[in-house]
Amino acid sequence: MDNKKIIIKMKPEVREKVIEICDSFGNNPGELINVLHQTQDFLGYLPAEVQELIAERLHMPTAKVYGVVSFYAFFTMTPKGKYPVSVCLGTACYVRGAEKILESFEKELGIKPGETDENGVFSLASLRCVGACGLAPVALVDGKVFGRLAPAMVKDIVKEYREME
Amino acid sequence: MANYKYHILLCGGTGCTASESPKIKENFIQLLAEKNLTDDVQVVATGCFGFCEKGPIVKILPDNTFYTQVKPEDCREIIDEHIIKGRKVQRLLYENPEDQKHISDSKHMGFYKKQMRIALRNCGFIDPENIDEYIARDGYKALATVLEQNDPKATIDIIKKSGLRGRGGAGFPTGLKWELCAKNAADQKYIICNADEGDPGAFMDRSILEGDPHSIIEAMAIGGFCIGATIGLVYIRAEYPLAIHRLQVAINQAREYGLLGKNIFGTDFDFDIILRYGAGAFVCGEETALIHSMEGLRGEPTFKPPFPAVEGYLKKPSNVNNVETYANIPVIINKGWEWFSSIGTEKSKGTKVFALAGQINNVGLIEVPMGITLREVIYEIGGGIKGGKKFKAVQTGGPSGGCLTEKFLDTPIDYDNLVAAGSMMGSGGMIVMDETSCMVSVAKFYLDFTVEESCGKCSPCRIGNKRLCEILDKITKGQGTMEDLDRLRNLAHVIKDTALCGLGQTSPNPVLSTIDNFWDEYVAHVVDKKCPAGQCKALKQYIIDPEKCKGCTACARNCPVGAIKGTVKMPHEINQELCIKCGTCMEKCKFNAISIK
Repeated sequence: MDNKKIIIKMKPEVREKVIEICDSFGNNPGELINVLHQTQDFLGYLPAEVQELIAERLHMPTAKVYGVVSFYAFFTMTPKGKYPVSVCLGTACYVRGAEKILESFEKELGIKPGETDENGVFSLASLRCVGACGLAPVALVDGKVFGRLAPAMVKDIVKEYREME
Repeated sequence: MANYKYHILLCGGTGCTASESPKIKENFIQLLAEKNLTDDVQVVATGCFGFCEKGPIVKILPDNTFYTQVKPEDCREIIDEHIIKGRKVQRLLYENPEDQKHISDSKHMGFYKKQMRIALRNCGFIDPENIDEYIARDGYKALATVLEQNDPKATIDIIKKSGLRGRGGAGFPTGLKWELCAKNAADQKYIICNADEGDPGAFMDRSILEGDPHSIIEAMAIGGFCIGATIGLVYIRAEYPLAIHRLQVAINQAREYGLLGKNIFGTDFDFDIILRYGAGAFVCGEETALIHSMEGLRGEPTFKPPFPAVEGYLKKPSNVNNVETYANIPVIINKGWEWFSSIGTEKSKGTKVFALAGQINNVGLIEVPMGITLREVIYEIGGGIKGGKKFKAVQTGGPSGGCLTEKFLDTPIDYDNLVAAGSMMGSGGMIVMDETSCMVSVAKFYLDFTVEESCGKCSPCRIGNKRLCEILDKITKGQGTMEDLDRLRNLAHVIKDTALCGLGQTSPNPVLSTIDNFWDEYVAHVVDKKCPAGQCKALKQYIIDPEKCKGCTACARNCPVGAIKGTVKMPHEINQELCIKCGTCMEKCKFNAISIK
C-alpha cells in the first residue's frame, strides 16, 4: 500500500485527528468499531484513505477494516448532505404509508436513497425504526423528527430547509 | 420529595421529545419561577408513559391527573388553573372514545386498566437521571440482599423457580442460563446486556433504558455476582443517543455511590460496566454475532456449541440477556419467586412488554401479564382499529415472527401458544393491520428486511431469502404462478432447516404464516391477478365512475402519460394499458369520481 499517496490526499488535520482517535484506543484492533464511530462522528463519513490510515494504525489489513465498514449500516463511505433526510421504514411506519413519504422526498429532492444532491445540501436515506412509532409515519431531517407525515407535507418541509440556505 | 405540593411529570422519551416535550419542561420551569412556585412544584422529565399515541403526556401528582397531547403554549393554563386554582384543564384530559367523557386518572383509562407493569415499573414515575429517585423506589435493595446473603447458587435458584424466560425472542429460561455460565470456571467471565434492538417497530428496550437505566445496572451486577463476572458490557445501538446518554449518566452515578466499582456494599465483590456500541446490524441481536461485534469484528454468527456460557467474549465464559429480562430481576429478588410465578401461564411466567403499533387507535408501549388474549390487547388496551376499519392480522415477533388472524384473537399470549400459531414472541413488536394491508406485500416487506440484514455467511439465508423475495416480488407484480406458491413453501422449509443462526432459521416465518393464513389472497394475486387490499401497484386499476365524473378534464390534463381521454363535460375514461398507476388523477379529482379496483 502506497501510504505517501494517502498523506497527500488527506488534509493534515484530518490525518492528525484520526491518528489521535486510534491512539486514544491504544491502537487496539479490538476497538475498531469504536474507532470507526468516533472517526465518522468527526468526519461525517469514512472515505477509503481514512480506512487505510486506520488499518495502518491498528496493525490490521485494510480489507478487514473495509469488511467492518461495509457490514454495518451505520457506517457510510459517502459524505452526507448538510441536512440529511432519513425516512423511517420500520414496520409501524410502513403500514401507515412510509413508502409514499419516501417517494415524495425522492421526487422533491431529485435523489434516490443513499444519494446526496449536487450541492451537498440534502442527502436521502431510509432507516429502520426511530422508535417514535406513535407518530408514524416519521422522517428525520437533520436530526429533527417530523411525525404524522402525509405526502403533501413533504414539499413544505423541504422548502423550509431550502430557505435556510 | 415530601416538601413539594405538586409534581409535574412529563414524558422525556424519544416519541414525546420529538413532540417538543423539552420545550414544555422549559416553559413549566420558567412559569413556576415567574409565580414564585419553584419550591412548591417539582418538574420531572421521566421515561416513557407508554401512551405514545396521545403524547406528549403530562401527569400531575398527587392527584394523578393525566394530560394528553400537551403543547408548549398549554403550560400557562395548566399552572394557572390546575396548580394555582386546583381546577383540572378539561380540554387536555383524555376523552373516553366510548362515551366521549373526560377521564382524568390514568388508572381508569382503557389503555392502562389491563396492564401490569413490572419491567416498566419506574418508567413514567422517576427521573431516570437521578439515582436517588430509583433508590427511593427500592432501587439497589435487591443487589444488597443478594450480596448480603452471599450465596450465588441460592440466587440463581430463585431466578430458576420464578420461571423467568428470556425476553429477547427465543424464551430460554434465564436461571438455567446463569447456572450454565456459573458452572464454568475461568479467570475472567463477562455478563452482557443485549440492547441492540433491531426489530423494526419495536422500542421496549429503548424505553426501559431511557426510563429506568438503574434497574439494568442493578440486575447486571446481580447476574455478575451469580455467574462470577466482574465486568459487565452493554451492547447498545448507536442510533439510540438518548438511551446511551441516560445509561452513561446512571453508570457514573452508581460509581459515585459505590454501587459499581470495588467492594460493593462493603463486600469483596467488584463489578463495573462498559458500553459497546452497535452499528446497525440486525443479526447482532444473535448472541454469537453480538459477541463478535463487541470484539470489533463483522457481526457474523458462529455455530453453537460452543455456547457463550463456555466460550464467549474474548473466548471467556459469558452470559447474554436482553434488557427487558434484566429489568425483571430486581423485582423478583425483592418480591420473591412465588409472587412472580403466580403471574402468567403455566410455562410463561410474569409479564411481557409489547410495542403496539400499526393501524390501531392507541399506539404505545404496553406491559401485560402473559396469558392475556390478543382481543384484550387490541380492543381494550389498543382501543380497536383506526378509523373503525376491520381487523385483518396482527404481526408479532418482527422479521422472525408471523401474522396471526382473527381465529387467534382469543388465544392466550405466551411463548408456546405463539409458536404453535406459527409466529413467535420475539422481542415484542406487535403490529396491527387492517383490511387495507396486503399480506403478500407484508411478507415481502419482511423478506426485503432479511435480505438486507442477512450477514451472508451461510448460503440458505444469503441466497434462499433472496430467491424467496424475488418470487414474492413476482407475485405482487401479477406475474406469479401456482407453482411459485409451492416453490415458496418448499424453499421456506429448506431455509428453516438449514440456516446457521436464529435469523436465517426464522426468516421464512412471515412467508409461511401468511401463506397458511391468507392462502386466498395469494391465489387472488396469482390466478385473478388482483390485489384484494388494493395495495399492489401493478395490480391496481384506477376507474372513473361515469355517474360522478363531471368532465372537468382535471385528470386528463394532469395524467403524465396521456392515458385519460374524454370530451369536456362528458365522463372520461382511463386506458388501462397506458396507465402507470401513479394515482395523480385520483389526487386531482374534485368529485371523488376515481376509485381503485
